[in-house]
Amino acid sequence: MSRPAWLPRLWPLLPSFVALLLTSLLLLAFGASPPLAFGAIWEGAFGNQDRLLTTVAFWIPLMLSSLGLLISFRAGLWNIGIEGQFILGAIGASWVALSLQLPAPLQISLQMLAAMAAGALWAGLAGVLKRWGVHEIFGGLALNNLAIILTNYLIAGPWQPPEGGSFRGTAPFHADALLPLVGATRFSVVALGLALLAFGLVVLALRNSAWGLRLKALGRNPRSALLLGVSSRRETLLAMAFCGALAGLGGAVRVLSWFDSLRQSISGGIGYLALMVVILAAFRLLWTPLVAFFFAAVLSGSVVLQLRTQLHSSLGNILTGVLVLLVLLFGNLDSLRAWWAEWRAGRRRS
Amino acid sequence: MFKMKVSFVSAVLLTLALLLAACAPAGSGAQPPAAGDDSLVIGLVLVGPRNDRGWSQAHYEGGQFVEANLAGLQVIVFESLNPADKPEATLAGVVADMVAQGAQLIITTSDEFEEDTTTVAASHPDVVFINVSGDDALTGEAPPNLGNIMGRMEDMKAIAGCAAALNTQTGHLGYLGPLVNHETVRLTASAYLGARHCYETYRGEDPDTLQFDVTWIGFWFNIPGVTLDPTEVANNFFDTGVDVLLSGIDTTEAIDVAGQRAAADEAVLAVPYDYLHACDSSPAFCLGVPFFSWGPAYLAAAESVARGQWEQSWAWYGANWDALTDPAQTTVGWVDGEGLQGQAAADLHDFIAKLASGEVDLWAGPIVLSDGTVYVPAGQSATDEQIWYLPSLLQGMGESR
Repeated sequence: MSRPAWLPRLWPLLPSFVALLLTSLLLLAFGASPPLAFGAIWEGAFGNQDRLLTTVAFWIPLMLSSLGLLISFRAGLWNIGIEGQFILGAIGASWVALSLQLPAPLQISLQMLAAMAAGALWAGLAGVLKRWGVHEIFGGLALNNLAIILTNYLIAGPWQPPEGGSFRGTAPFHADALLPLVGATRFSVVALGLALLAFGLVVLALRNSAWGLRLKALGRNPRSALLLGVSSRRETLLAMAFCGALAGLGGAVRVLSWFDSLRQSISGGIGYLALMVVILAAFRLLWTPLVAFFFAAVLSGSVVLQLRTQLHSSLGNILTGVLVLLVLLFGNLDSLRAWWAEWRAGRRRS
Repeated sequence: MFKMKVSFVSAVLLTLALLLAACAPAGSGAQPPAAGDDSLVIGLVLVGPRNDRGWSQAHYEGGQFVEANLAGLQVIVFESLNPADKPEATLAGVVADMVAQGAQLIITTSDEFEEDTTTVAASHPDVVFINVSGDDALTGEAPPNLGNIMGRMEDMKAIAGCAAALNTQTGHLGYLGPLVNHETVRLTASAYLGARHCYETYRGEDPDTLQFDVTWIGFWFNIPGVTLDPTEVANNFFDTGVDVLLSGIDTTEAIDVAGQRAAADEAVLAVPYDYLHACDSSPAFCLGVPFFSWGPAYLAAAESVARGQWEQSWAWYGANWDALTDPAQTTVGWVDGEGLQGQAAADLHDFIAKLASGEVDLWAGPIVLSDGTVYVPAGQSATDEQIWYLPSLLQGMGESR
């Protein structure tokens, strides 16, 4: 049973195609025309310069978080706490924004550093908890909730706007604290630069560094990695912190460009979305930015989809959800073949 | 073998997809409106889902009312615009597309959108914007194409508080509050003032013995993991001696939980909020509902925009006391629920009549804030501005978040 080399490479396109088909059927069931709907998504994501820039602006924090997850997944860690690390980054940046008033370049750099430190610290906590026997999934979830509680406390308490405490958010930051934006969009060139820089760094770390190799060893088999002299404690903490720093940077971009203040629900699930991105990209370095961009485009486009079709507002989420589900179920050709062979063997026996 | 199957499956799927694409009727789904005709397009931005049986649904139906009453008018709705449900959407983006679809009037229906509406309105000077519940047109922060609309829900909340006080057996009322801002503070305080008045006047009890506890959940509606869970808060109220629960949030948890507990033979009642039909989930245990009906106000705004005569204003629409139950004639109203019976119903209607005639003024001093400061001294009555900007809850109210 030989198979051409292109098959496994192109295989993931098939579940994507099926997902498209399923959502088309769904649209028809709602009484909407699929070409019109997908056209609306396309227009919403890329229709004009502002929309394209908005899509990119949403993509940047998602991309930063996804890049971080590549590192933690490489070390075999399920860093579900990324959502909280993202929020802590937003809090870190807000803290500097609210307490200092420096020239813009210095101010923004400090905010970014504070965000990365806060994110790394929060991720480090999950790493420390893991050493104490709390699996990073549970520790991470708990820390996510804590991050939300901390945000609510800050915006309703010490950082409440002068007009009085509400749960909505802080007062807008001063102008030098905010990233310069292009036109009327939320797109910032600085944020894009940072995202591209981060991508380069992650590529270097994973492909060309001894550290990347150690992470890989750790991720594949912690016990033999230990025998090879890889300290699982140290690498676990480092991988978590690296991921947390990138997620924290994403949170900073979110408060300093998408919003102009620390708000309730600052992330809205971007961390969880990044988990889906990385899983869908099968943990591959070059696919990750593309898949993240695909997610950003579909979600961004679904705004116009809702406006044009007046259909249920979660159609964009349904599309991405169906896609991830199908790729997870059928995306891996080898495991699918193994399953198929097993099933046939079982039938022959009975 | 395997390869053959794969290509077979792909071929089938491809054919299916092509068929689907080709057969899809061109007219299905909503079409963007033809540009260039004279019909008015309104954009309506909701913070929650259009079918929340509360705040957002009341706005959605207000839009439908305008559509039904103004020929050739189309309403484009965007629902659930909030960072938890739609992290990818911004008000600016939504508005830009509404304008591209020809919207000449855009109504943003939450205090959540107040700040962004002001910014966005400035970048679309040819479009009329209305932010519901905001005050930027009053304070002068709004550009000339942005106005505000709100209903005087305070009177209806006083009726709600009165209905609760007339029916409590335990003398302990609960208030399911959303987040803390001027609007929610003055509405909650109004309910308390109505409750005190009726507890004293009709039941002959000492109003200082009436316990009135407020819990702020943290947002207009439940966001799992972010806000307090209103279902849990409602249950907690009933567990701690509250027997009538008033809702101040956008959604129906108060009446839902009361219905469940009442079905288990507990003597509990609720007063939901916002939406004319909010009692429907448990009508027998509903004392009534103070509702918003945005249709008349939206229709007036749409007509003035269509005639080209819209002018900026900060409009705080009072109740039409002669048509308090008719959503076509009043911006705020009250309808009795099945749970309101006998003497309590008679007393409540007496109270409503006295509010309408001005015989009862709940905002007559002394009005004392929760920290003990006298806000309105005895012998004076609070001005509209004092009511609008009430800085905190009142003395005698319990508060937790």
